[in-house]
Amino acid sequence: MADAVSEGNPREDRRKRPGRWYGFILPVAILLFWEVAAQTGLAPRLLFPAPSQVFRALVRLTASGELPMHMAISLRRIGFGFVAGALPGIVLGLAMGWSPAVRVLADPTVAAMYSIPRLALFPLLIIVFGLGEPAMVALVALGMFFPTLINSMAGVRSIHEMYFEVAQSYGAGAWKVLTRVVLPGSLPMVFTGLRLALGHSLVLVIGAEFISARNGIGGFLWVAWETFRTVHVYAGLVVSALFGIVFTTGLRHLERRLLPWAEGLLHR
Amino acid sequence: MRVICEDVSLTYTARGRHVEALRGVSFQVRPEEVVCLLGPSGCGKTTLLKVVAGLLRPGRGRVEFLGERDGNPLTAMVFQDHGLFPWMTVLENITFGLEMRGVERTSRTQRALPLIETAGLGQFQRSYPHELSIGMKQRAGLIRAFVTNPEVLLMDEPFASLDAQTKLVLQEEFLLLLRDRPKPVIYVTHDIDESILLGDRIIVLTGRPGEVRADFDIPFPRPRSLNLLQRPDFADLKGRVWKELEDAARTQARQ
Repeated sequence: MADAVSEGNPREDRRKRPGRWYGFILPVAILLFWEVAAQTGLAPRLLFPAPSQVFRALVRLTASGELPMHMAISLRRIGFGFVAGALPGIVLGLAMGWSPAVRVLADPTVAAMYSIPRLALFPLLIIVFGLGEPAMVALVALGMFFPTLINSMAGVRSIHEMYFEVAQSYGAGAWKVLTRVVLPGSLPMVFTGLRLALGHSLVLVIGAEFISARNGIGGFLWVAWETFRTVHVYAGLVVSALFGIVFTTGLRHLERRLLPWAEGLLHR
Repeated sequence: MRVICEDVSLTYTARGRHVEALRGVSFQVRPEEVVCLLGPSGCGKTTLLKVVAGLLRPGRGRVEFLGERDGNPLTAMVFQDHGLFPWMTVLENITFGLEMRGVERTSRTQRALPLIETAGLGQFQRSYPHELSIGMKQRAGLIRAFVTNPEVLLMDEPFASLDAQTKLVLQEEFLLLLRDRPKPVIYVTHDIDESILLGDRIIVLTGRPGEVRADFDIPFPRPRSLNLLQRPDFADLKGRVWKELEDAARTQARQ
């Protein structure tokens, strides 16, 4: 038996998962190849500037404050969109999940609105709000409203009826049912909604900025293309990817902190 | 405290169909008496328990509680599959009933601690239910009901999902808890052995709609032990209960 262990069981070896560093091999290889190709002129530098060049541009644009400014502007639009979209979405979603009356009342409208691609609403929003911040924020807000609403509603409905009975049997009033059952029980799904909403918000803020702004990450990217500064285009792409990564990892950490009990249910 | 169920009937509507769950159920539970409700599955045992708990309102008839009350909740229920909130720690779960009654956090914990220690849950207070074994979870569910010191204890097949050994251990722990804090108990089960081991009386319900079919006194003295299972009069009583239950189950199955 001991021999078998020391020699290693081939079937066991195959099942063993390689370390995390394994996943870095491919991107590093691609970047290296890209760098070499760009430096040697194998790839047209106008279309594929060397990664090192993009990196230097990132450093320069960050030091000059230009990129941070654009990032802050986009972040602010997402932030306002969050307040105007995600928060009402969570509140209405919880209400629809909890109360059949609210659900029956609002569901057809929500379902009809949900089927419209959000970006298609932008011209209408510009007509209503005019060209500027409010239209962009409204678009982001709409993009965050629906995923948070639908997932919060599903979150409440996923709470087993038994938990409501337990609470009721121990004399919980509406407020206690809300704070001790509805909110905590739906929180995992609320987070799923937020994750989707933040993803949408990034797409929509960049889309809106393409069309109606010269600033923000979308505006920066658009100006970069108009002036044909490919290096800046790549820098903008890196930054928007960074946004996505920060959003998802930030949310995951928040979720781990707020929902220690969901570890056993969600991350299996 | 004495519980009187009088002519309790209940019909509910599911997908547009009327289902008669209970028809004219009448029985009494005397102070400190453990009454086991036996019946074929789907006969409305749990529904009856929820009526007593005040979770469901009977269509006809009423449930009355007679006796002095000194600030304790009328009923507390132990749920099938423990019913612990997954998002609360074991301590929060166990003190939930006290929290609902507005007891301060520190005195909640103080009141719960002795019972938590007795149940061997001391080191798991800050754990979440998913970190506990199934037996531990059911223990916590049991303690949660006892901590509020209810006038009447309602139990809905609390040990049905446990393995045989764990079940025996918890039944014994339950009897010990009850010995120190005697109170009337309505205990829903489909396990005849369990009902004879734990109960003072067995009420057999018919298949749907649930009606009282038979009422047995269990003569064995307390404290009871598992040796009871070997006695000939145990087997005799079990046979008589089974006869009633079998008829009820057959009628149910034919519907």
